[in-house]
Amino acid sequence: MNNNDSINKVIKVENLTKKFGSFVAVDNISFEVGKGEIFGFLGANGAGKTTAMRMLCGLSKASSGKAKVAGFDIYKQTEEIKKRIGYMSQKFSLYEDLTVYENIRLYGGIYGIKEKDIKPRAYDLLENLNFLDKKDALVKSLPLGWKQKLAFSVAVFHKPKLVFLDEPTGGVDPKTRRQFWEQIYEAASRGITIFVTTHYMDEAEYCDRLSIMVDGKIEALDSPQNLKKQFNVNSMEDVFHTLASKAKRGD
Amino acid sequence: MKIKYLLEKEFKQFFRNAFIPKMVIIYPLLVMLVIPLITNLDIKNLDICIVDKDNSSSSRKLIQKIDASNYFVLDKVVHKYSEALEEIENGNIDAILEIESDFEKHMTNGTNANIQISANAVDGLKGGLGSSYLASIINEFSGDSLASVSIQHKYNPLLDYKRFMIPALIVILLILLCGLLPALNIVNEKEVGTIEQLNVSPISKLQLILAKLIPYWIMGLVILSICIIIVWLVYSFVPAGSLFTIYLVSILFILIMSGFGILISNISSSMQQALFVVFFFMMIFMLISGLFTPFNSMPQWARIFSSCLPPRYFIEIMRDVYLKGSGIIDLYPKFLILTGFVILINFWAILTYRKQE
Repeated sequence: MNNNDSINKVIKVENLTKKFGSFVAVDNISFEVGKGEIFGFLGANGAGKTTAMRMLCGLSKASSGKAKVAGFDIYKQTEEIKKRIGYMSQKFSLYEDLTVYENIRLYGGIYGIKEKDIKPRAYDLLENLNFLDKKDALVKSLPLGWKQKLAFSVAVFHKPKLVFLDEPTGGVDPKTRRQFWEQIYEAASRGITIFVTTHYMDEAEYCDRLSIMVDGKIEALDSPQNLKKQFNVNSMEDVFHTLASKAKRGD
Repeated sequence: MKIKYLLEKEFKQFFRNAFIPKMVIIYPLLVMLVIPLITNLDIKNLDICIVDKDNSSSSRKLIQKIDASNYFVLDKVVHKYSEALEEIENGNIDAILEIESDFEKHMTNGTNANIQISANAVDGLKGGLGSSYLASIINEFSGDSLASVSIQHKYNPLLDYKRFMIPALIVILLILLCGLLPALNIVNEKEVGTIEQLNVSPISKLQLILAKLIPYWIMGLVILSICIIIVWLVYSFVPAGSLFTIYLVSILFILIMSGFGILISNISSSMQQALFVVFFFMMIFMLISGLFTPFNSMPQWARIFSSCLPPRYFIEIMRDVYLKGSGIIDLYPKFLILTGFVILINFWAILTYRKQE
């Protein structure tokens, strides 16, 4: 790998492991994610996707291994990492009892966006989402699909280098998922790296590269096309089933 | 100042809650208006039966005197002890006073007269206090001709139990609301998942904790003000000392309780767990801090334990300021101890708050 390549890696992970007592949730995983890439993290429930992601975000402490996110060490420089990433969790992460605008203002504020810039940027964002008329609506009054779009917009509001999405589209229909992914592509086109966990196969197809986790280990890592070729099947669904059937862990 | 945005959020959420702002007003109103009238340890209206075997002018004078006091209601005067015993067994009366037949003779000779008091001590406090009231009336009566002992109750001349309880009720309110609400607030954010969004942001732990502390600190001072005003309007009871001292010590105490609430929320993963732990400590705070029972009548080990609890100092200062009019200079050792607790507990809360698991 040449030097230029190395600089363009936003995430570098080597032998990362997380143990809870004797249970190895994430087992010795290694991978790299390039700048502007949409990197999918696939796996059944309990395969260790979320745990791996939480270690990279600085929410969970790794047991062993090395990892750098945006050039900073995940052990010593978590606060530096936190300034440069966005995060959208599986659990819904906006405040239901605040309005759409108040949520944007809150997250803009705690990521250090200047007071005078928050309002114009928030209005731009809402206009792009076609959502300006709902700016004073309480978040709890919105449909789930809209909440997810908003949560994503909030996660990238401070213009992070990369954004972690943990099963961002749980519980919505394929059409809404499709719209959500248009947002993701748009963000990626602005140079934001996307790291997304999912167990929807249609979403897997949208990713530039995919890693498939089984029982805490990465069993396969390549582009969707190459994975299908490698396993000699027609769909990601079949790739996933071939690998996931090996799993010993239950749900 | 990132904390500005967090405070904005906390206040908006607080006032948008359908229940909590109302509770913060209604709860102290209710407690201060109703509870002082109920929690009264003064014994009044004890039903008494007198067995007058002497039937003399002296014994009748004594009976009149007892009847005239508002501590006793004279049920009936009988001449045989067995009749009186029947009354107490039937539960009609609380105490029997038996005047022996040589009562007047002894009184005129100035020798010891025979009087026996039997009290129904099923309610130990009532029985004990009742018979000691009765004894003091008799002593006063028999002492009319002899030397009389005078007792003066300092700082609470009428021995009004309300004056003892009101500062304690203020303390209870602050313990409950300022300890419980911050704990529930953070655990709620944990349950909903929003806390994670804050933990993944670059905001510092200190700012996160301060943003949780400050709203409850202000809320505590509002509750305190409501209490002081009600006590003044309804019971015409104003602190003998300065309001400044009361606010100063309350500022310290509220910070201790909110820090304590945050500490509990740090170690609790669910609302249930936090509630249970908070109530466990509330119970201890209320029963072992001298709120209801005097600190000095506790066993030695309990006194040592009690000295490790911040409410003990707060209740002492509140009573001293309200009843005795003590100032900061008289109370400064206790102020120092409370300041120590503020630093210790809040430092501990910041330390145990984990942005990373």
